[in-house]
Amino acid sequence: MEGTPSQPGIWTLLTPKWRGALARLRQERRGSWGRLLLFSVVGGAFWAAIFGVAFRVLSYIQRVEDIGDLLATKVLGVILLALLSILLLSNIITALSTYFLAKDLDLLVAAPVGGVRLYLAKLTETVVHSSWMVALLALPIFTAYGIVYSGGPLFPLVAVAAFVPYLVMPAVVGVIITMFLVNVFPARRTRELLGLVGLGALVTVVMLLRFMRPERLARPEGFESFVDYLAELRTPTSPMLPSEWTADMIMNWLLRVADPHPIALLWGVGLAAVTLGALVHRWLYHSGFSKAQEGAERKVRRPLRGPLGALLRSMPAAKREFIYKDLRLFFRDNTQWSQLILLAVLLMIYIFNIKSLPIHSGERIPFSLVMIISFLNLGLAGFVLAAVAARFIFPAVSLEGRQMWLLRSSPLDPQAMLWSKYWTGTVPLLVLAMVITTLTNWLLQAGVFMMAVSLGTILLYTLAASALALSFGVFYPQFGTENAAQIPTSFGGVVYMMASLSLLALVIMLEAQPVAQQLRAHHRGEGLGVTPWLLLTGGAVVVILVTATILPLRLSAQRIERMEIASGGVE
Amino acid sequence: MIRLQNLTKRYGKFTAVDGISLEVPRGELFGLLGPNGAGKTTTMRMIAGILRPTGGSIHVGGMDMLARPLEAKARLGFIPDRPFVYDKLTGGEFLRFAAALYGQDGPAVERRIDELLEIFDLGPWKHELTEAYSHGMRQKLIICGALVHRPELIVVDEPMVGLDPKSTRLLKDLFRQFVDRGGTVLMSTHTLEIAEVMCDRIAIVYKGRIAASGTMDQLREQTESAAMSLEDLFLKLTGGPREHHLDAVLGR
Repeated sequence: MEGTPSQPGIWTLLTPKWRGALARLRQERRGSWGRLLLFSVVGGAFWAAIFGVAFRVLSYIQRVEDIGDLLATKVLGVILLALLSILLLSNIITALSTYFLAKDLDLLVAAPVGGVRLYLAKLTETVVHSSWMVALLALPIFTAYGIVYSGGPLFPLVAVAAFVPYLVMPAVVGVIITMFLVNVFPARRTRELLGLVGLGALVTVVMLLRFMRPERLARPEGFESFVDYLAELRTPTSPMLPSEWTADMIMNWLLRVADPHPIALLWGVGLAAVTLGALVHRWLYHSGFSKAQEGAERKVRRPLRGPLGALLRSMPAAKREFIYKDLRLFFRDNTQWSQLILLAVLLMIYIFNIKSLPIHSGERIPFSLVMIISFLNLGLAGFVLAAVAARFIFPAVSLEGRQMWLLRSSPLDPQAMLWSKYWTGTVPLLVLAMVITTLTNWLLQAGVFMMAVSLGTILLYTLAASALALSFGVFYPQFGTENAAQIPTSFGGVVYMMASLSLLALVIMLEAQPVAQQLRAHHRGEGLGVTPWLLLTGGAVVVILVTATILPLRLSAQRIERMEIASGGVE
Repeated sequence: MIRLQNLTKRYGKFTAVDGISLEVPRGELFGLLGPNGAGKTTTMRMIAGILRPTGGSIHVGGMDMLARPLEAKARLGFIPDRPFVYDKLTGGEFLRFAAALYGQDGPAVERRIDELLEIFDLGPWKHELTEAYSHGMRQKLIICGALVHRPELIVVDEPMVGLDPKSTRLLKDLFRQFVDRGGTVLMSTHTLEIAEVMCDRIAIVYKGRIAASGTMDQLREQTESAAMSLEDLFLKLTGGPREHHLDAVLGR
């Protein structure tokens, strides 16, 4: 044999990925114009809304004397820290798939491809896969910073230079953690374990953010003296984390401060991290990959029957077993049910925040503030429900994936399948919606009228958000996915979130004025009367939400009837 | 039992199945042969109601698959070429679910599941998650799934892939006895020896059309190739190379 063969470039190793992405894009373009239009409108509105809010808040902050710039830096640091926690979780979930479970690995590992090239190619894939959504979210925020602080034509380049290492570092950390874990646990169990580890990391960061109480910064009167407030602003939030370095690098450019430290830290530590990752990869990858091919779970831990069985016994066999099947798959997959822990923590934090609002501390609060908080609560509850639907209902059809052949070749009515999935997901969501709305309105002492408006709105909105989640899942299925946790962060998942949040904003905007009029009248001691304006807007909200429930379900039922299933998935 | 009339499937400009007409009576084991990409799997998946034809009609047991899909599907059991099953269900739970899709449950189904698992040597694996099954075991499980509701017709795509010799023999016997008792099997395969031994009639599909069909003798007559083996007939009809110039590929 002669010397080692020439090595393919990283770009060549990634060819199937980028060519696949281009092909999907071409298919999308050839698809219906309606879908493209819907995406453009919803995406544009969502992006504009984030930009609008960021621009207004920043313009206001900038005008605050003496501390405006400090506050802007602090806010950027907190935003980037929150995004960093999302990135860390996302990278931990993604790295296991890209490095150990992806379908192309048999081909790549068997080929004479050098370890470093494989590592870098897969790292690129991990970064892109786990970070595109964060990048999309950060874009309008950075744009707002650039415009408010007149960053100049070179600002986009500076922002990219600050953001790239910020994205790469959590990816490397995710890869290194994965390498160690796969060598200790069998891959399938590791995926479940990683879900829990990632969850733990996220919960810790969320808790940290909560206990840092960033909202205090907006109320300087809560501090003993202005000096204390200034000291708080000057203290770095997280000096050892890349989020702080990125915020500093961007703000240094915008404030014309010549400080090379953040740049040196970002790029120096970033490159060192990539190198360390390569060393760990060289040391642990081969043995880990070998282990990843082994070790499936064999025994069932707990059969699912009992009280639910008694409840469902009267249903036809097909519907009953379909529900059993969905519940078994959910509760036996640790990556799925463990998300409930996160949900519980987030809800606790949410309710704790509502409880700690200083609106019932004895001092007189303007009526408008109570109104704003009540509607803000409605919006937040709606956001939580939309996010929960994205996590649990959006992937419902995708998870049938390669088993769709069984359902489609059997005499199971596709609409019955859709209906079953809709109610299996919606009933628990409705219970959750009712509980959090009742509890938070009770904590806010919102009154009977506001409670009724909130409960009615959230009931109809939950039905609509579930229908939208399921339907977007039908129109943008991820049948080929190797990791269920990635489904909600897919293109379709993001479009769903944008659509459901736009719907929520529309409903709140419609309700706000007439409801405020009623409450104001009540505040003045006048009785609550049903005005034509209230009836009209109430009717409009009902029509919109009922339409947003029925129309997507109808369209997705038609779509699922027409869905074509090739031998490896759906065409 | 199966009647296909002018069945067509197009993907954009590409025609995968080009006007196939075919009739398979009750009590017959019918084989579809053809090279890779000939349109066999597409045809099988249209018959199973998974793909919608671009044109033509499919009748299963007299039921129109497009107009009355649920009635037509209730009569058939489909075995796909790749054994994808739910990883987090046990073998027993998968079969119970498969039976329920056909509206069947209760003690009779439980007995049937035990019988099927026993026949295919999967009894000891009944309560274990299918993610621990080998490829062959999954293949056997989906065969059990296709039989659990006692279908009148079995549509099976590449049945022997991944099976050990014992299971292959079992499946041959099972299909033969199923047909002898009035059932119908439509099978696609690349394994010409199996087709030659098992099938009552054969259709050779090439470029989306039926190039020839009938019993082995009828095929020889149609192609004027007396005493030819099925392999030679197949290569003659599908334009396979008679002479291989392998030196260019293997030579140094």
